[in-house]
Amino acid sequence: MATEAEGGSGFNIHPMDQFVIKPLFGGEHISWYTPTNATLWMGITILAIVALLVWGTRGRAIVPSRTQSVAEVIYGFVYKMVEDIAGKEGLKYFPYIFTVFIFILFANVLGLLPMSFTTTSHIAVTGTLAIAVFVSVTILGFVKNGVSFLSLFWISSAPLALRPILAIIEIISYFVRPVSHSIRLGGNMMAGHAVIKVFAGFAGALGLGAVAPIIAIMAVYGLESLVVVIQAYVFTILTCVYLNDALHPHH
Amino acid sequence: MAVEGDLVQMGALIGAGLACTGMGGAAVGVGHVVGNYLSGALRNPAAAAGQTATMFIGIAFAEALGIFSFLVALLLMYAQ
Repeated sequence: MATEAEGGSGFNIHPMDQFVIKPLFGGEHISWYTPTNATLWMGITILAIVALLVWGTRGRAIVPSRTQSVAEVIYGFVYKMVEDIAGKEGLKYFPYIFTVFIFILFANVLGLLPMSFTTTSHIAVTGTLAIAVFVSVTILGFVKNGVSFLSLFWISSAPLALRPILAIIEIISYFVRPVSHSIRLGGNMMAGHAVIKVFAGFAGALGLGAVAPIIAIMAVYGLESLVVVIQAYVFTILTCVYLNDALHPHH
Repeated sequence: MAVEGDLVQMGALIGAGLACTGMGGAAVGVGHVVGNYLSGALRNPAAAAGQTATMFIGIAFAEALGIFSFLVALLLMYAQ
C-alpha cells in the first residue's frame, strides 16, 4: 500500500482500509485468540463504560455531579424506552437492553475519534448482537406463551382468505429480522466512515487549497455524530419492539 | 480464461452499482415517513412528543429494505 501511494498519482483513496483487522503485536496469522485492533477498541469501549457508570457514580450523591448526572440521564432514558414500548413486564429484561444500548453507543462514539477503529462497523460484531437478541427473544416467546406464540404469524383481525398469505409474509419478515437488525447498524457505521475517508482522499489530492473537501468533512462528521447516537437508539428500540412481540404476541 | 474472469468481475461490479439504486427507494420511504410525521406534528404539536419513538420505528423499517440492496451490492463485490 505504501509503495502504491508513492508510485501512483496524488489521487489515492482507500476508504475501506480503516476497517482492516490487524493483529496488535505484528504477524499475519489471525486465530480466534489473537489480540487485534478490534479487541483493543472493544476493551477501550468497556473501560469507558466502566469509567462512566462505576467510577463516575462512585459518590452516590443525592445532588449528582456532572458525570453522575450523565450516567443517570442515559439510564433513565433507556428505562423509559423499555417501559413505553415493552410494557411493565419488559422491565425484567431492562439490564440486557441497557447493556446492548450502552455498548453500541460507546463503540459508535469512540469509532468517530480520528485513527480509531469502529468495532460496530463489522457485521461479525453487530450480527452477534442481533442473533443474541433474535434467539433469546424467540426462546422467551415460546417459554412465556407456549404454542400460542405462533399466533404472532396468524393475524386474526385479517379476513380469513388473506391469513395464509399474511402468515407467509410474517414468517419471512420474522426471520429477516436479525439480518436487517445487524446490517442496519454495521452498514450505517461503515458507509459514514467510508464517506469521510473519500472526502479526506479529495483533500489529500488537492493539497493546500482543499477548503471545500475540509468543509465537506466537517459537515459529514457533524451528520455522523448524529447518526451514531440515532443508530444506537434504533437498535435498542427495535430490541424493545421484538421483546414486546415476544411478551404480547396477540395483535 | 483471464478474460473470462475479468468479464465476470466486471458484471459483478456493474451489478453492485445497479443494486445501490435500490437505496434511493429507501431514501424516498424515510423521507415520506418523516414528512408525514412532521405534517401531523405541526397540526397537533401536543401529540407529537409521544409519537417520536413510532417515527423512529417507521424509519427503521423503511430503511431495512434499502439495506437489502446494500447487502446485495456487498455480496456481488466480495462473495464470489
